[in-house]
Amino acid sequence: MIVKLAWKNIWFKPLNTILSIVLLTASVAIISLLILLQEQFEKQFSSNIDGVDVVLGAQGSPLQLILSSVYQVDAPTGNISYSEAKTWMKHPFVKSAIPLAFGDNYRGFKIVGTTPDYLSKFGATVSQGKIFQADFEVVVGAEIAKKLNIKVGDKFFGSHGDAAEGEVHEEFAYKVSGIASPTGKVIDNLILCNIPSVWAMHENHEHADENPAHGEEGHIHFEGDEHDHDHHDHEKAMPVSEEGKEITAVLIKFRNKMGFVTWPRLIAQNTKMQAASPAIEINRLFSLFGIGLQALQYLAYGIMLISGISIFIALYNTLKERKYEFALLRVSGASRMQLLTLVLFESILLCFVGFIFGTIVGRIALLLISSSTDEEYKMTFDPFAFIWQKEGILFIVTIFVGVLAAVIPAIKAYRLNISKTLANA
Amino acid sequence: MSILQAVAETTLIMIQTKNLAFSYNGKVNFNFPDISLDSGQVLLITGGSGKGKTTLLHLLGGLLKAQSGSIRIGDINIESLSNKKLDKFRGKNIGLILQQSHFVEAFSVFENVVLSSWLATGQKAEEKAKSLLAELGLSDQIHKLTSRLSIGQQQRVSIARALVNEPQLLLADEPTSSLDDENAYKVADLLSQLSKEYGAALIIVTHDQRLKDRFSNQITLV
Repeated sequence: MIVKLAWKNIWFKPLNTILSIVLLTASVAIISLLILLQEQFEKQFSSNIDGVDVVLGAQGSPLQLILSSVYQVDAPTGNISYSEAKTWMKHPFVKSAIPLAFGDNYRGFKIVGTTPDYLSKFGATVSQGKIFQADFEVVVGAEIAKKLNIKVGDKFFGSHGDAAEGEVHEEFAYKVSGIASPTGKVIDNLILCNIPSVWAMHENHEHADENPAHGEEGHIHFEGDEHDHDHHDHEKAMPVSEEGKEITAVLIKFRNKMGFVTWPRLIAQNTKMQAASPAIEINRLFSLFGIGLQALQYLAYGIMLISGISIFIALYNTLKERKYEFALLRVSGASRMQLLTLVLFESILLCFVGFIFGTIVGRIALLLISSSTDEEYKMTFDPFAFIWQKEGILFIVTIFVGVLAAVIPAIKAYRLNISKTLANA
Repeated sequence: MSILQAVAETTLIMIQTKNLAFSYNGKVNFNFPDISLDSGQVLLITGGSGKGKTTLLHLLGGLLKAQSGSIRIGDINIESLSNKKLDKFRGKNIGLILQQSHFVEAFSVFENVVLSSWLATGQKAEEKAKSLLAELGLSDQIHKLTSRLSIGQQQRVSIARALVNEPQLLLADEPTSSLDDENAYKVADLLSQLSKEYGAALIIVTHDQRLKDRFSNQITLV
């Protein structure tokens, strides 16, 4: 009955109530969105670096190298010589090394030349068909297969670079030999083939020694920067030699910590390449936008404080009108504690409703964000996930704000002098 | 007086006060005449303003603590009750009707009456509330908000609320002063009729001439 009374009371003055709930909803929505985003973002980023101690790649920004080669979200820093990379891949410290060669895309999904080890690094298996063996055989990521409805045996043409609108390599068709199992990691959105396929796709007669990155985003050529597709036709059958070939990066896992410590210097001193640690770079990235997230979080808590004040003012203002109601409840047999409970409960109910709405709104926002990041970065967030610990703390904080806002009005109701109130009526 | 007689007397008498005195900050002092009333009886307390009519009513209702003297309602000496017990006792045994009706505005007429039973006993006397409201001619109004009712109707809701727990004592503070003649007589009739029906002692504090003409058992505070 007290709950019913509190519930009816808060909706009896709907404007005050709506203001308080809107403010609470806004703050809870922002905070829960941030909690979910941060948690899932970090999880996705961290899960992808499992099994990668350093990335060997062309000089440039180490963060860019990591983003491009591990997460497939940025343009690569450039190419490295396959023969030179190979000597380092055989280094005694190295436990495993997975070469990567980027070239084309199919409808915006990257086609990556690599070895079957790349699948096992992500814990993926070939769920249908078989692994790529011959040139131009590809294994398609689970997510792509689902979205584009690709089946084993399908054929398609890749587009050059990483923009879906790039020129189409019509001379060679890729053939789907298998479909990878879903992992929830970047591999779900990649098309994998062997490295010679990438080389063959970009082979041409006019060799140029240098391979400058074009002005376009992520425009990486293997072998020369001018394509002349007319010459490709009679080249089909030619075996691709490794001589003078280039790849984009190598994912390295060490046998022990030694490599982790010594390699960055070793590589920098002896080669034109760099060895970047994904753990360090990603930490740097997190701490960079961690500041932004924190600022947003403070803002949200600020809004929550304001909503607390708004509840306080609303309760305090109506206290004058409601003192007859309170006196009457006392006359009807309500104890002081029941009045105290009533006022506290009204405030807590408001906060509870605000929390529920906020949690829902935050998840709707995450759903919207997820669909846009899915389009742009092939990265999705799960709006139905619950981070019990952090959201639990948020819940407690919200309820605490409610209690805090109601303390003074509740005590005033508790101390109400019924006789005086009724005598002055 | 035999023991039997004494027992009979104490059970018959619903309310009895002795040497009640009260003072506001030691400046305004009241000494009240003793009151003794049986169930079903009506007592009118009259007197000019500032003579302590409302103060006496609040003392009887346990809203104020007397400085000295005793109040016995039924078998209970209310001076001896703790605050919490007094709240419960008041809810169960004392019905209060005020000059201006106050309600829980967010609740309907029916909910207001039921709330009163729930606060006093922890039970929702819904059937009782319905029949009482019907008896008071408010059957059509029970699901309205109290603010939609006329003042006369509101006063009748107050009566229903005061009676829903079948109290031993019914206290009314100027119940008719804001009503027109028709409604005033109606309320007076209902009060005396229902207090008899429910076996409650009825004490009305008033300076309303219409009530003075109607009830003969009066004391005047001077």
